[in-house]
Amino acid sequence: MATTAVQRVEHAGGTGHVAEHGHSEHPPTSTGIDHRKMLMWAFLSSDCVFFASLIATYVIYRSRAQEAGVGPYPSEVVDIPYTSISAAVLLFSSLTMVLALAAIQRDDVRGLRVWLAATSLLGMIFLGGQYFEFSEFYQVEGLSLQTNMFGASFFTLTGLHGTHVAIGVIWLVSLLVVSLRGGVSKKDSLNVEIVGLYWHFVDIVWIIIFTLVYLIPYEEGPEGVEAAPEAMLRLMNALPFS
Amino acid sequence: MASVARPQTQGVGTGQAVVSPARATKTAVLWSWLTTVDHKRIGLLYGVTAFIYLMVGGLEAMIMRAQLARPENALVGQEAYNQLFTMHGTTMIFLAIMPLSSAFFNYLIPLQIGARDVAFPRLNAFSFWTFAAGGLILNLSWLSGEAPNQGWYGYAPLTNALYSPNRNVDFWALGLQILGVASLAASFNFLVTILNMRAPGMTLFRMPIFCWGTLITSVLIVLAFPAITVALILLSMDRFAGTHFYIPSTLNAAGELVFTGGDPLLWQHLFWVFGHPEVYILILPAFAIVSEIIPVFARKPLFGYAVMAYAIAAIAFLGFGVWVHHMFTTGLGPTPNAVFSATTMLIAIPTGVKIFNWIGTMWGGQLRFTTPMLFAVGLVSQFTIGGISGVMHASPPVDTQHNDSYFVVAHFHYVLFGGSIFALLAGIYYWFPKFTGKMLDEGIGKIHFWVTFAAFNLTFFPMHFLGLEGMPRRYSSYGGGSGWGFWNVIVSSGGFLLGASFLIFMWNVAKSLQNGKPAGDDPWDGATLEWSISSPPPVYNFREIPIVNHRDQLWADKYGTGHGQSHADEETLDVKIAGQTIGTGEVPDEDPAEEARNRLAAGDQHDIHLPNPSIYPLIAASGLFFTAMGLIFSWPRVPVGTIELPFLTLGGVVVLLVGIYGWSLEPAS
Repeated sequence: MATTAVQRVEHAGGTGHVAEHGHSEHPPTSTGIDHRKMLMWAFLSSDCVFFASLIATYVIYRSRAQEAGVGPYPSEVVDIPYTSISAAVLLFSSLTMVLALAAIQRDDVRGLRVWLAATSLLGMIFLGGQYFEFSEFYQVEGLSLQTNMFGASFFTLTGLHGTHVAIGVIWLVSLLVVSLRGGVSKKDSLNVEIVGLYWHFVDIVWIIIFTLVYLIPYEEGPEGVEAAPEAMLRLMNALPFS
Repeated sequence: MASVARPQTQGVGTGQAVVSPARATKTAVLWSWLTTVDHKRIGLLYGVTAFIYLMVGGLEAMIMRAQLARPENALVGQEAYNQLFTMHGTTMIFLAIMPLSSAFFNYLIPLQIGARDVAFPRLNAFSFWTFAAGGLILNLSWLSGEAPNQGWYGYAPLTNALYSPNRNVDFWALGLQILGVASLAASFNFLVTILNMRAPGMTLFRMPIFCWGTLITSVLIVLAFPAITVALILLSMDRFAGTHFYIPSTLNAAGELVFTGGDPLLWQHLFWVFGHPEVYILILPAFAIVSEIIPVFARKPLFGYAVMAYAIAAIAFLGFGVWVHHMFTTGLGPTPNAVFSATTMLIAIPTGVKIFNWIGTMWGGQLRFTTPMLFAVGLVSQFTIGGISGVMHASPPVDTQHNDSYFVVAHFHYVLFGGSIFALLAGIYYWFPKFTGKMLDEGIGKIHFWVTFAAFNLTFFPMHFLGLEGMPRRYSSYGGGSGWGFWNVIVSSGGFLLGASFLIFMWNVAKSLQNGKPAGDDPWDGATLEWSISSPPPVYNFREIPIVNHRDQLWADKYGTGHGQSHADEETLDVKIAGQTIGTGEVPDEDPAEEARNRLAAGDQHDIHLPNPSIYPLIAASGLFFTAMGLIFSWPRVPVGTIELPFLTLGGVVVLLVGIYGWSLEPAS
């Protein structure tokens, strides 16, 4: 294509000139904020609505298991001390994330590697904790996605949060590998800052989830199906089953 | 940063081979399109793909109209009819109007703000290929005879596996999920591009109004799409993992009915929290196009520019607080109905402001009724009809009467066809010279407009009567004694004429591409920067980044700043680069940005650097395609730990990761 050829020619002419400017020079933006950083903020605003929708779903369904009279009920399975520890681990990882950014902003590559490794390790400990929690709920307590609405909404909400943490860990480890191969220096501190924004956001969301799912007490489960709201029962009977 | 000042690394990727025009083989041409990151080419790809889907959706509508042309017709059965109306709605919204708007965003935004590309050119290519993947998934469903058949808003519990055991809903849920990824990626891109890549001196309130429309539409997509993402995840969980998010009761192993506590209304809430902003995602770009066209053909600056920008923002903001008006008949009670009735009526205010501002722009102007102007004025008149029937539906009792009748079908076709499609056609007539360097034929264009205008009203106006007479939507047939036969014949013949009007359009495009009048740089005497460069624009857009000191920059350049009304704010605004004030615009004619020009000239202005082409966006998008297809067909299944996963899905995830890592590790420019 003609346009393609033009593109190449422009490139060929420009190569020598650019070498004087080097990679590190950021071109000016209208707001003074780097494109990638603004993209991350836009993404996080979108992710806010994502978690808001999931959390709203959870709040709507948090006492439906009790109403339906189908256990296990949340008050029976939730283990606050256990999850408090993994929550503390995740929150602590925000500190190590900040230290990683501070290190690279001082051009301390070794510090960056140490704190990136620490952050991803803490993230992995959190994920390990979630894995054991899920197995405990599933195998010992008998709570699955299909058991009741608590199971469905609990596993979906915390699972999707865990997915966010896992993506963050993969990102941090990738950055660590790049830095071990000598690819991260002070001028790349924005790369660390951006993964940091994501990481802190995921932590903040966990504070909300931890409060709603674990800390706020649940109603005790009833003995039978009588607790189902009358409207629901009427709806049930109106459905064209059997 | 993609478009400026990075050395061209040798041997990056395979797209680097130097291709001279004379030796360009077909393979090289194909490869250059598959790897393109040029916003203009991506815009054309969006436009052509979306237009094909517009024709597909139109064909679906015409089959439906053939079926309804006479009572008790048996052209297509009920099941095929269900698939047709579901795919017609889904196709027109997600595969025709949204991507056609996106085509304009892509092509025009960098040109209007004086940039060489978007902020993230590869992400832009990824958006297009992901859109293509989503559209393909939705339409591949026809091949297995399992096209979505549950209606475009997919109400629960009909979508549950209990009632829809086949793959119809899976194609729909996963296709839409992937289209959502495409829309979100594109919106992040345009948000950053518009905020960050404006030419020196172009403050937010000196942007062309089309940029405002794009900016606010992007915000809407960013904040509305996550709701449907979650809604579709929960739906997919219900279908694939056996949860009961949207179904209140189910059968247990013993065949007994058991209460689960799931709630079908949750779907409606999540869907319409997305779905109503989506309505504005469809119409705001149309408003923005018309707001560009009317001033040019009235030879007057846009009346009440700032108010127009605020009105766009107000419509978007209020648009998040009205979703329950889609649910008036679900029995939420008088309080929610009253509150949402009031918020819905409020939206009429900023919308009315826009309509009066268009009239104010035309008032006393030197009107030129070219084809783009005819379509633009067509929007003002036809959208108003749809807007007024929309306000009627803000009243719960009226809505209850009209709900699920043809009156509603008439209403939203007046806003979506009379609004969005009219504006998109206006935009094509207006910017076709810029895209191709050729004018569309004005004579054929005028015939096209009048046929479209007549056929549109013939098709959709009688639907008001049918709705009031009680004809329900989505029924594949009606009785001979219903008395609806007369208007249905009119509607169907209008529909076929409307279909034929697109043949006139395609004839015009084909003829003009071959031997249309050369357009020149500025055939309409435009006011915005895209008309300051050649048609079609060079690959780098602007040889020198323009300096902006006026809202209608090109008019100011051509006629001086005395043209039209003066803008008080223009005289005090600072010219900024990278957030630093480098001059003020007190006396616009004296080139307030002399220093800016010098700075830029000292920088990278002498060499134009463009982003490298890349195949990774296409690879990443195809990964999404295979992931979704694997889930839909669930085959072949391989055990992973305790669960079985479809092999194709695992392969798709691997391809996606290859795309993402290749993309991250290759130099951007």
